[in-house]
Amino acid sequence: MTYGRSLEALADPTRRKVFERLRHGRLPVSRIAKGLPVSRPAVSQHLKVLKEAGLVREERDGTRRIYEIDPKGLGQLRRWLDEFWNEALEAFRAEAEKEPKIGDAKK
Amino acid sequence: MTARIAAAPVRKSIRVKANQAKAFTVFTASIGQWWPKSHHIGTAPMKTAYIEPFQGGRWYHVSEDGSEYDNGFVRVWQPPQRVVLTWRLNAQFQLDDDVDSEIDIRFVPDGDGTRVELEHRVTAIDAETIAAAVASPGGWPDILRIYADAAQGN
Repeated sequence: MTYGRSLEALADPTRRKVFERLRHGRLPVSRIAKGLPVSRPAVSQHLKVLKEAGLVREERDGTRRIYEIDPKGLGQLRRWLDEFWNEALEAFRAEAEKEPKIGDAKK
Repeated sequence: MTARIAAAPVRKSIRVKANQAKAFTVFTASIGQWWPKSHHIGTAPMKTAYIEPFQGGRWYHVSEDGSEYDNGFVRVWQPPQRVVLTWRLNAQFQLDDDVDSEIDIRFVPDGDGTRVELEHRVTAIDAETIAAAVASPGGWPDILRIYADAAQGN
């Protein structure tokens, strides 16, 4: 419902560190995990949460997974707006096709 | 000092079986008829909504209890082709002067109907405001600057 989730995803300090590692560009999981005080599966889990929050995106290179910051912006907000407008425009269409009098110049 | 975040615009297109003038009129004058009642600002249930039909006009919701809530204003008014509305919405769907978004709606004749093209641009979000609003531990402005850099680099 809100894009607060993008920000909530970053409230975890380790997850924030994971996110910060991507500031200079895309990295494979192994490089992201290097030097962090958590296991690699844990890092993968953090990346999954970041991905679900729309903050990072994932690419596969063979068996490797490469991550980068999703440049599309605050993904959660966009997703929310996307759904909102689908609903709103459908309602608008129903209304536009229902009211025969208002502004209708058709013969 | 203040990071501004620009998200990629949300674009939508829908075709309606109504001519351009009617599509424009229903979208603007009859917005209270179709705007989803579940999505509005304010605490009381929404009763209806209005767009004042001129540049600089208000667009606002009226609640069941009679109170009015401004969503923003009319930035461009070009009937029956185009209307641009500003919308100050934030994460809680509340009025927020620090969140600047605009909705650009174009009405294009398409055979016996009209294609309505909508672009919602979240032009700027004040990162520090969000940081304060979310009330998380320190470091938010930095995080959001990282994010803003990444978003703008693409």
